[in-house]
Amino acid sequence: MSLLAVEGLSVHFPGHAAVRAASFAIAPGETLALVGESGCGKSVTAFSVMRLLPANARVASGRILFDGRDLLAASPAEMRDIRGKQISLIQQEPMTSLNPVLSIGVQIVEVLRRHERLSRRAARTRAVELLDLVRIPDAHRRIDDHPHNLSGGMRQRVMIAMAVACGPKLLIADEPTTALDVTTQAQVLDLLDDLRHRLGMAVLLITHDLGVVAQWADRIAVMYAGRIVEQADIRPFFAAPLHPYSRGLLGARVDVDSDEHYLSDRLTEIPGSVGSAAGEAGCPFAPRCPLVVADCRRALPPLVTHGARAVACPRVDV
Amino acid sequence: MPGSIPGWQYECDGMTVDVQLTDLGSRAAPRQGRRLRAFLRNPTFIAGAVILGFFVFLALFADWICPGDPQDMVAQPVLWPGQDMQFPLGTDSLGRDVLSNLVHGARASLLVGVAAASIGLAIGMVVGAVAGFFGGRVDALLMRLVELFQTTPTFLLVVVIVAIREPSLSTIALAIGLASWPTVARLVRAQFRSLREADFVMAARSLGYSSTRIIVQEILPNALPPVIVAASVMIANAILTEAGLSFLNMRDANVVSWGGMIGDGRDLLRTAWFLTALPGAAIALAVLSLNLVGDGLNEILNPRNEP
Repeated sequence: MSLLAVEGLSVHFPGHAAVRAASFAIAPGETLALVGESGCGKSVTAFSVMRLLPANARVASGRILFDGRDLLAASPAEMRDIRGKQISLIQQEPMTSLNPVLSIGVQIVEVLRRHERLSRRAARTRAVELLDLVRIPDAHRRIDDHPHNLSGGMRQRVMIAMAVACGPKLLIADEPTTALDVTTQAQVLDLLDDLRHRLGMAVLLITHDLGVVAQWADRIAVMYAGRIVEQADIRPFFAAPLHPYSRGLLGARVDVDSDEHYLSDRLTEIPGSVGSAAGEAGCPFAPRCPLVVADCRRALPPLVTHGARAVACPRVDV
Repeated sequence: MPGSIPGWQYECDGMTVDVQLTDLGSRAAPRQGRRLRAFLRNPTFIAGAVILGFFVFLALFADWICPGDPQDMVAQPVLWPGQDMQFPLGTDSLGRDVLSNLVHGARASLLVGVAAASIGLAIGMVVGAVAGFFGGRVDALLMRLVELFQTTPTFLLVVVIVAIREPSLSTIALAIGLASWPTVARLVRAQFRSLREADFVMAARSLGYSSTRIIVQEILPNALPPVIVAASVMIANAILTEAGLSFLNMRDANVVSWGGMIGDGRDLLRTAWFLTALPGAAIALAVLSLNLVGDGLNEILNPRNEP
């Protein structure tokens, strides 16, 4: 049974729909990468799982089953007990995600005391262990540092320490390395992967970096304009992406092995822009799609499952 | 590139590359030590703190500096300052020692100031935090209440409250506090409105903390600096209001205060002006020192002023 099952989730903001009938599932211990361009609804999907949407957002339909219970039906108090204990979140911006006036030790201790009912002393010992776990050197001394004493990579490690402090079953990482430089990025992702194996938690990794997906995810779900257009295991996906949008994404990558270089060649791109597909009947990708036929503009292609893969395009053969 | 973020350009393979300066770790240096030094290096703050410290010293050790009841008639009435060195600042119309009154008056004036500011801060912070954090209807309702208070002249409101009850020191402090909270409420509300959107607040929510806890433990400490600055000015205003009330004879007759001394000196304003001028100067100095401390704190605590 899957740990998290999102079924037909639609989230509406005043004037537009950010997520439309998105469905996906995460098995225990698995890393699912949710991939798409800015504004395609990745983060909104993640925040819906935590029930932390902005006040003007509304879940129009769908179910979010976590460990068999519907999170959308849980009371605010039940949700507070789940957040940080069963499901944790790592945000994009480590520089601003820690409270600047409290020491990192206090912040970790508070999480432990909130969910584990530990004594202050036991919580502090555990906090040092956690800082060790996320590979912060000299943990017993750095525990009294304030966030401004730490670099971006270190702060993100502290965020990870707080997120995994109570042994969550699911960790949502919302572009956890976007704000970090490339070497730190690899270290942080390695750390997340290592912790996932050690603590046996599932990870929902939100990113737009396909290189990160290829290296650290088990499965991928591609989002476009609020819809999931393709789901697959990593290897088959990178070997042969099915949906024209996924193909466009992979085609637009530059890698070291090819001779292509941005100084000598024009880079491959997907023509057009996301635009707003709101109110249009057909496939949201139709205006940019190289395989488009008249039918695509008439009816929305459903996400069809073929074994371990699923794709929302009638023009491709599995 | 006009209009771009300040940075610099360099040439690379015939292309101009823009290097943008991003502010990632500029606050990474230790701040605690620097802040302490900032206190010591700020002349405005130092000047204010020294004068204020002097008045606090007078208030604390009043009984030791000028022993005995300041309301006792100890000498001939209306001795001018310097006339009798036993009473260096002279005596008032009832033959009471002006110096002793000034020293003991510091106690009442500062006490009223601090108590009134505390009451105002407590109400203002609760109202402002709730309105700013929750927004929506709660915010609209509380802000209408604030506006209702702000449309009433503060001094008039204080006079009315004191007139309803006995003019004791505690009533006066309560009245000034009740009239001064709207300013704090607006200030705290503005802070909370911007801070509730901060990433660390979202992080706190994602860790399962309740709203109360986020307000008290996460946002409040970050919202304090401008409130601390406002507090010093509030104490100054409370001292002035208390003086104004005493001048109108709405005062606690059993307690010596600077405002009360001005009120007593009013009848002899043309002949013995020092009876009004001396406590007036004390009030002016105390208010000035509190404003200097406020200005200094503003410079020190404002993150935009950090080097």
